[in-house]
Amino acid sequence: MSVRESAKPALAAPRVGVLALQGDFACHRASFAALGCDVGRVTLPADLEGLDALAMPGGESTTMLRLLVANRLYDPLAEFVRTKPVLATCAGVILLAREADLLPAPSFGVLDIGVDRNAYGRQIDSFHADLDAPVVGGTFHGVFIRAPRIRRVGAGVDIVARRTRTPADGAAAGEIVGVRAGRIVGLCFHPELTSDLRFHRWFLTEVAGLRLPAVESAVAVRRGAR
Amino acid sequence: MSHQDQFRLKVGLAEMLKGGVIMDVMTADQARIAEEAGAAAVMALERIPARIRREGGVARMSDPRLIKEIEASVSIPVMAKCRIGHIAEAQILESLGVDFIDESEVLTPADTEHHIWKHDFKVPFVCGCRDLGEALRRIGEGAAMIRTKGEAGTGDVVEAVRHMRAVQKGIKKLASLREDELMAEAKALGAPFEVVKQVARTGKLPVPNFAAGGVATPADAALMVQLGAEAVFVGSGIFEVGLDQKPEDQRRDQLRTAQAVVKAVTHYDRPEILAEISEGLPRAMRGIATDAIPEEQQLAKRGW
Repeated sequence: MSVRESAKPALAAPRVGVLALQGDFACHRASFAALGCDVGRVTLPADLEGLDALAMPGGESTTMLRLLVANRLYDPLAEFVRTKPVLATCAGVILLAREADLLPAPSFGVLDIGVDRNAYGRQIDSFHADLDAPVVGGTFHGVFIRAPRIRRVGAGVDIVARRTRTPADGAAAGEIVGVRAGRIVGLCFHPELTSDLRFHRWFLTEVAGLRLPAVESAVAVRRGAR
Repeated sequence: MSHQDQFRLKVGLAEMLKGGVIMDVMTADQARIAEEAGAAAVMALERIPARIRREGGVARMSDPRLIKEIEASVSIPVMAKCRIGHIAEAQILESLGVDFIDESEVLTPADTEHHIWKHDFKVPFVCGCRDLGEALRRIGEGAAMIRTKGEAGTGDVVEAVRHMRAVQKGIKKLASLREDELMAEAKALGAPFEVVKQVARTGKLPVPNFAAGGVATPADAALMVQLGAEAVFVGSGIFEVGLDQKPEDQRRDQLRTAQAVVKAVTHYDRPEILAEISEGLPRAMRGIATDAIPEEQQLAKRGW
């Protein structure tokens, strides 16, 4: 694995960093690479320089927060998320939320939401659910792994994904699972664990305002569950 | 939920643990040290492998009380070990809500012929392997994560290296074969044909591939990541440190060692950072060279 991998498209590719201290950063990297981005791992402050956007992956939020501090990335990242586009999934959402329970250091607070960590239980309670996500054109398959739950959404935060309102969803019908505040997107589920690139594409083009280089049909990029 | 959807959730958690260190812990306090050091998960067990080696006897699943105490003391995932083929131990661990079960050669096997049919469980499993055939057999049975067996409790990384190289070499070979050569290769590997085809097509295992067994220093951890491990298990390498010291000094040294190993996995390809974190570390576990262990006492030989 090189520090920086390039898909070498004809047009200048957007430079996207993936916070790679711990978690499913390899999946985000594959998703952005499939869209023609120049994707780099972020493990040190210098890795943030020159990035057009950043992904904060799923993983363990307490672990990531401790590693951010240990690697002196906490302050540079706090600065970055205040000014640049960020796509956060699962643990990443917890790190960006204004309120989150039981963390070893303060979260960055750029998303005006409150979240409960591991709100659905342990791994045996992880689940799939159909989502309503108009920003990506309708339904989306949500994969939830030891997921957080959004318990409060502040003014100025848009809802971009909800659980569908079918009887199968029970009490969770319509639950908010994806939000956006300006350049920041937070998803409690993991589009990066699927081969569906719509959320990553939407983030890059609509949220970050980046132009994607023409790449061979991204749908053709099959990478299974990894 | 279909088997396939279920399997995707299991592999999903394994993905979340990538780039991390999973530490063996024997008490709630050790679990807190591990979490404070930045562990991605802990493995709750009564005796770490080095102790099992010293004390001998039959090694079994841990007391549920210990597992519950550890679950209550940290927010990161908690794993636990069951004996190879011990379906009932696995069911008990699942009912305790552990996040991952390690069907492990470190415990005394309950079945020398059959491993657990892991597809039947909601909880994901990790299994050890020495080569690609063994990895693919376990994946065929439903393992959602593979780790090298290495030689646990030795502090000697040589077997983990051997096993990781064997797996990687096997994958490269499969990827280079023609389609009409895959059946013969599946026969030679003793591996399920469908999984063999998948690896040949994608050039990688269908589940995350971690390292375990003998990792004792930050450099060992970095080595394993460079060889292709996507995360690292450290069994005895942390809580065997500083055993001859006063409790508070022991705790400090174990925390430092744990933090250093975690950093090494993040910066595995930056030697100058590895040098910095390796400097002045507490003395690593004394260990035992694998060559000095009689074959019948080698844990990696358990399971097939």
